[in-house]
Amino acid sequence: MPSLEQFLVVSAAFFCIGLYGVLSRRNVVAVLMSLELMFNGVNLAAVAFSRFILPGPLSVGGIAAAALTGQVFALFIVAVAAAEVALGLALVLTLYRQRGTIDVTEVNLMQR
Amino acid sequence: MTVLNVVFWALAVVAIGSALGVVLIRDLFRAALFLVAAFLAMAGFFIILSAEFLAVVQVLVYAGAISILIIFAIMMTRDVAQGNLPNRLSPLALVTAALLLAALVFVAYQGGWRLISDSPGVEAAQQQVLSQTPSHLGRLLVQEFVLPFEVVGALLLAALIGAIALVREQ
Repeated sequence: MPSLEQFLVVSAAFFCIGLYGVLSRRNVVAVLMSLELMFNGVNLAAVAFSRFILPGPLSVGGIAAAALTGQVFALFIVAVAAAEVALGLALVLTLYRQRGTIDVTEVNLMQR
Repeated sequence: MTVLNVVFWALAVVAIGSALGVVLIRDLFRAALFLVAAFLAMAGFFIILSAEFLAVVQVLVYAGAISILIIFAIMMTRDVAQGNLPNRLSPLALVTAALLLAALVFVAYQGGWRLISDSPGVEAAQQQVLSQTPSHLGRLLVQEFVLPFEVVGALLLAALIGAIALVREQ
């Protein structure tokens, strides 16, 4: 069985590659794709922690809640990511229709 | 080295390679295909972590729905020909991401984690739960986590209506 550290390193790599993409790309769709990579990194960390870490004093829900909390978090993150991507792409399409570009460096309406 | 370790390393190479492909390749459409590969590799990690239900959700929602939405957006905006160019902040972004990666890896190996494998009783109970994940997850979602569950439902509805309102023809 791979260790917790190995999973954490993969998750950190996903998060940081995504962060680099978010900060460095010009195309809004590429920024959104990198954002999805960051979400995935966080999900992997949550599931890995709930699989490997000894739960504290068991409170409501008992061992089932303790063993699955990370997975529940990941499920909520997936749902929120789906909502985010639907809204984000709607915004991208609106932006493209109004300004004719989806280059983030050219969307500077508030600077003027 | 067990089979699971070999599978883990293969998945890690595929996952990180395709993640790099997403941010580095100039052709946006190919980047989206690399994104699908990264999502599928992530589903493989979930199976290794005995989160099979989450792996199925990952394939359905990420590899199925979100990637199709992104490919639609790429097709409908004609900046694709220009490709996936970096902006002026690119070197700074690289430094930031590398520093964060170093910090996260350092914390992962210095964490002093209290592992579940140190207490066999709890681990046995956990394995029992993990062998029937979907039924336990369903019960958790409508008992302990019912409030966030309802909030996420409302959020999805709001996002749906918002997306329709945004792209509607005036």
